[in-house]
Formats: sequence, C-alpha cells, structure tokens
Amino acid sequence: MQAKSVKKQKEQDEILKEITRNDYEWGFETAVATHTLKKGLNEDVVREISRLKGEPDYMLDFRLKAFRQWQKMKEPTWGHFEHAPIDFQDIVYYAAPEKASDNPLDNIDPELLETFKKLGIELDESKELPKVAVDAIMDSVSVKTMYSEELAKQGIIFCSISEAIKNHPDLIRQYLGSVVPAGDNYYSALNAAVFSDGSFVYIPKGVRCPMELSSYFRINAKESGQFERTLIIADEGAYVSYMEGCTAPMRDKNQLHAAVVEIVVLKDAEVKYSTVQNWYPGDKEGKGGIYNFVTKRGICKGSRAKLSWTQVETGSAITWKYPSIILKGDHSTGEFYSVAVTNHRQQADTGTKMIHIGQNTSSTIVSKGVSAGESQNSYRGLVKVMPNATGARNFSRCDSLLMGNRCGAHTWPDMQCQNDSAVIEHEATTSRISEEKLFYCRQRGLSEESAVSLIVNGYAKDVLNQLPMEFAAEAQKLLSVSLEGSVG
Amino acid sequence: MLLEIKDLKASINGKQILKGVNLNVNRGEIHAIMGPNGNGKSTLASVIAGKEMFKVDGGQVRYKDKNLFDLNVEERACEGIFLGFQYPVEIPGVSITSFMRAAVNEQRKYKGLDPMDAFAFMKYMEEKQALVGMTDKLANRSVNEGFSGGEKKKNEIFQMAMLQPELAILDETDSGLDIDALRIVAGGVNKLANKDNAIIVITHYQRLLDYIVPDFVHVLADGKIVKTGTKELAKELEEKGYDWLKDHDSGK
Repeated sequence: MQAKSVKKQKEQDEILKEITRNDYEWGFETAVATHTLKKGLNEDVVREISRLKGEPDYMLDFRLKAFRQWQKMKEPTWGHFEHAPIDFQDIVYYAAPEKASDNPLDNIDPELLETFKKLGIELDESKELPKVAVDAIMDSVSVKTMYSEELAKQGIIFCSISEAIKNHPDLIRQYLGSVVPAGDNYYSALNAAVFSDGSFVYIPKGVRCPMELSSYFRINAKESGQFERTLIIADEGAYVSYMEGCTAPMRDKNQLHAAVVEIVVLKDAEVKYSTVQNWYPGDKEGKGGIYNFVTKRGICKGSRAKLSWTQVETGSAITWKYPSIILKGDHSTGEFYSVAVTNHRQQADTGTKMIHIGQNTSSTIVSKGVSAGESQNSYRGLVKVMPNATGARNFSRCDSLLMGNRCGAHTWPDMQCQNDSAVIEHEATTSRISEEKLFYCRQRGLSEESAVSLIVNGYAKDVLNQLPMEFAAEAQKLLSVSLEGSVG
Repeated sequence: MLLEIKDLKASINGKQILKGVNLNVNRGEIHAIMGPNGNGKSTLASVIAGKEMFKVDGGQVRYKDKNLFDLNVEERACEGIFLGFQYPVEIPGVSITSFMRAAVNEQRKYKGLDPMDAFAFMKYMEEKQALVGMTDKLANRSVNEGFSGGEKKKNEIFQMAMLQPELAILDETDSGLDIDALRIVAGGVNKLANKDNAIIVITHYQRLLDYIVPDFVHVLADGKIVKTGTKELAKELEEKGYDWLKDHDSGK
C-alpha cells in the first residue's frame, strides 16, 4: 500500500508537470519592432492616436466627445468579480508592429506572418485550404485582411475599420456608435475614445457572403491595452457568418482588452457571429491574465432579421461581456449560445440581453457554464419585452456544471415583461461531474482527462453545434485544454 | 490463471464488506456469483475494477500475473477488465458511437496501436451492433440518457462486445430486464464467451442462469464465498433460499 501511494504521488507530480508545461500554448511573444505611445491617457493621446491613423476630422470629434464622456463616468462595480483597481494612466493605448500594413505579403514582417502561422492562421491566400477570409490584428493595427479584392467583386466590404473610416465615411458616420453609443458604459466610452483597429464588414442587399469572414486578435506588446472596434452591417436580405478568435502572450501583469462590437441587421438579413475567446487567463494563482471587458450588441432593425451570437469563452482572467440583441423589426429573431469555462482563479460574468420591441419577435438563450478550480462563473441575463412586442417569445436555458467544491456558479436571470401576450420560458440546472460518471468512463479505458473532456463536450454540445465547422474542432480542443488539471 | 483472488478484504467508510474472498478464474470459464443483497457481490466487482471509494484492507489479487492493485482504473480496463454496471450512468450530449470511439481508440493507444479510422470503426461497430441487436437509432442517442432499464443493459453488453475484454464482470445484468431483453443479453454473453476470455456473472436470481450456463456457481454471503458448485447449486438456491448456507457456514 505504501509503495502504491508513493507511485501515485509520483504519477500526479508527472501529470502536474506536464500540465504546467502545456498550460497556455499561445503564450509566446513575438520579437517585432513596435511603435508605442507613452503610457497614460489624456486628450493629447486621443488626438495623437487619431493623427497616427490619419483620420478625418469627424472621427477625431467622435473620439474627443467620447473621451469627455468617459472622464465623467465611473467604472461599473455590479459584476460578480474582484480585481485590484485599474490604473488607466498606467496603460499604453497605442502599440503598432512597425512594418504592418495592408500591402502585399512581402511587405509584412516575416515575424508577424510566423506568429499568425503559429496560431494556426495562414495569411497566404494561395495556401488557405478551406476558404476563410481573415483580418489579422496585432495589438492596435490590422496586419492583413485576406480576400478583400475577391469579396469586393460582389460589393462586399471586408477591411480594417481604419480603412473604412477613410474609404467608406458614409457607412461609418451612419452606423458607428448607432448600436453601442459611446456613452453606453464606461468601457464603451473608453473604447470610442482610443480604439485603434478592428474589422469592418458590409454585405450589400441580397448578397450571401460566399465564405466565412474572420478576425484574429492578438495582443503582443507589453503593458498595452487592446481596444478593438468591429462594425458589421448586413443590408436587406444579406447573409454573413463571422468568426472571431483571440490569444495573448503570458505576462505577469494584467492587460486590458476593452472591445466594442456593433452589428446592424436590416430587413430579411441574417448574421451569425461566433467567438472563441482564449485570451491568456493568468496562472494558477491568478497572477496576470487579460481583463476582457467587452460590449457587444446587435440590432435586428428590419422585419424578419436574424442575429445569433455563439461564444466559447475559455480565456481571460476576468470576462465581463453580454452580447445583446435589440429585436426591433417585427418577426425578428435573436439567439445567444454560450459556453463559458473557468478554471483556477478565473472569473467570468457573462450572459446576454434580449430586448423585444417588434411584434412576434423571438429569442433563444442557451448558456452553459463550466466552473473548476477556485473560479467563479456567473450567468447574467435580461429578457425585456416592451409594451408593443405582442406575440414575443423567449426560451432560456442556463446550465451550470461544477467540478470540485471550491468553485462557484451563479445565475442572475432578469425578466421584465410589459406585454401580456408574451411567452417567456426559463430552465436552469446545476450539476457536477460526479465520481460515478468519471469511474464509468475510466472503466472503459478513458483517462481522467479524456473523460472530463468527453463529458464537458457532451454538455456543451448544443452550443458547439452552432459553431461553423472550421471553428468547432478548435473549440472542442480548447475546452479540454482549459480544464486540464481540474480533476484529481 | 487469469484472475486469482486470495483472502481479499475491503471496506467502505470504515465498514468491512469483503471479509476474505478467495476465487480463481481461468480463461474459457463462466462463473456465476450469487448471494443475498448487501453481502458484497457488487463490492467485489467494484474492487476488481478499481473503484476508489473502496479501501482494500488485505489480501491479494493477481490478474494476468500482475498485481492488480498496481494498475489504476483505466489501466485495468485497457488490460481487458470490463465491468457491466448495475446502474449505468447517463452522459448527456455524448452518443454511444462517440463514446465507444473514444474508448476503443484509447484502449488501442494503450496497446500501441493506431486509432481506427472512421470507416473501419463504423464497420466494426455495425458488426457488434448486429450481435446484440442494437439499432442505429439507439447507438446515436446520448449514452444511457432516457434509456429504459433494458436499453441500458443492452448498451452494457454492446460495449462489452466492442471492447472485447478478457475478463468481463457483469453486475446484476439481469436486473430491470424483461424476458425478451434478457434473452438478447444472455444471447450476447453466450456469443461473446470464448476460450480466451472469462465471464463473471453477478446475479441475485437464478433466472439469468436459464440462458447463461455457468461452469461454476459461487455463493457470496457475509463477505465471503461460502459455497462453490456447478449450475445445480443455483437450482438448489432457487428452491431453498440462502439461509441454509449461512447456517451451514457458521456451523463450520
């Protein structure tokens, strides 16, 4: 018996070593010349960002107005997570890899191409097998947007938001800030003031985008925040599926990521937005990691418009994010599918808001939380039916899966109904990965890690099924990796 | 000898359940372990499979000439020990097909074999489905989720067919079975039994033994095997119950 326990201890040490080694395989750093502004934020910094980007005056006005609003605002404190106060003067607000540009590939620093290759993103159009157009963004700027020309033939605009500001001012002026106004919240105001880059998509009337569009966000520079801004417009009868992925190097210090994503869906149009969020979560003791404070919102503006958010959230030290949908058009549809995994000391407070304004609007919410280690995982959701939303329907399902007994799962659903004809359903379950379940799987030959991965993937299946094929396999793998070391 | 159990003692939460079990099993044999409920039959199965909530307090178990206690649960499975569960658990969202694919390939990996490709696997699965009468419809459902008692047991036998164990322990496989399902399960066991493997059937009733013919019948009472015989013993038990054995034992 003695020998056995020694052996077991040794085994556990081995496993632990291995896990520590493989923990966050995207944690490498790229040595590339970076142009950064000095730390701190004031009006001059905002002006400098706008100048560096060669923006027209209307954008500078937009930024300054947002900055002045931000100065008067306070950080929200209602989220179910804790962190030391953020010193907003101790952050670099603009960092750009020096050679990045949208010129042909040969003008891009090979180090950058190599970085994205390591991340599994092939930016060479001649090599990409399944056709996915990628906008690769490192720190504050877009490195390369693929297939822009090919897409342009159908009138589709897919470029960095910086370019759109210069080349498509009418669309930008009409829609930027129309779904998430600068003053919406503290971080959206900050983002509006200092955002550096992001993706812009416009799908013209009746056009079905022939390939998946995708943005890949990478934070590389030290002590810099990333403030990306994405705007997607689907004109009447258009369709697009958009995917977003993100990673960052491992650093001891927390880094801020405050993004804003706005989506406008016009009559009969459909947008699918999928996220696999894998920012660096910090180490096991909760040191370092990304603060992911993001505002995502879409509006189904016209009749029969449809928007769905699918998210797989495994990274970040703190996630504060509620992709929401305003269902304005009659018969419009909103969907939110989410898997949020927290391990070690991670904290996630995420969910959605469905605002029913139009008649016969319907929304579906499927949220699957997985908490392990000493993490805290919260679902926070609002379903609001306005007085005119006759025939509105909502179905919500919020499940929590717990591993071990030191983590927490919390659910805060809020339902506000002002129309008697509305039907709102809410289901919730909490379960744990029991010893019985693990034993059953292991008795069939699966290792403990494989068993957990299988069980969690099964649990999250309803959400994973919503992901585009290109993403689903990656997401599955990510779920397993994020939970490594969470049992035993 | 495939399995050799010597004076095995085991407890749970400080309560001793197995009080010195002795049992030898050779390849090519079918053993039935009978006995009243709560006397250690399931505990014996769990201890052999490696369930960690049971504490082994003494004795030895050798399996394929290895000390069984040196192997963890999944290693024992990969070495060919299969436990047919009395109460199989549900795994929502995981189809029987993907569950088996993961298990088969992980066992292959243990043996140093390449994983089966999708085509070969489907073919292999079809063959085994036919053996136990498992429909595609059932195979595509989540493992045991919303299954009837009979479907659950059928699934256990199907998994046994897929994994081709060297030692299969079927714990109360006949509980919750209607007579038709019982025939299918027993038929599966009879088809799967061969000269290279051994099967231990744990059962409370003699009923299952109308369909599976054991080479040996053991009676486990109060944590010990108190009597061993042939299938005639099972018939005797059916008629007389277990009490006469207990008296017999204490009189020794």
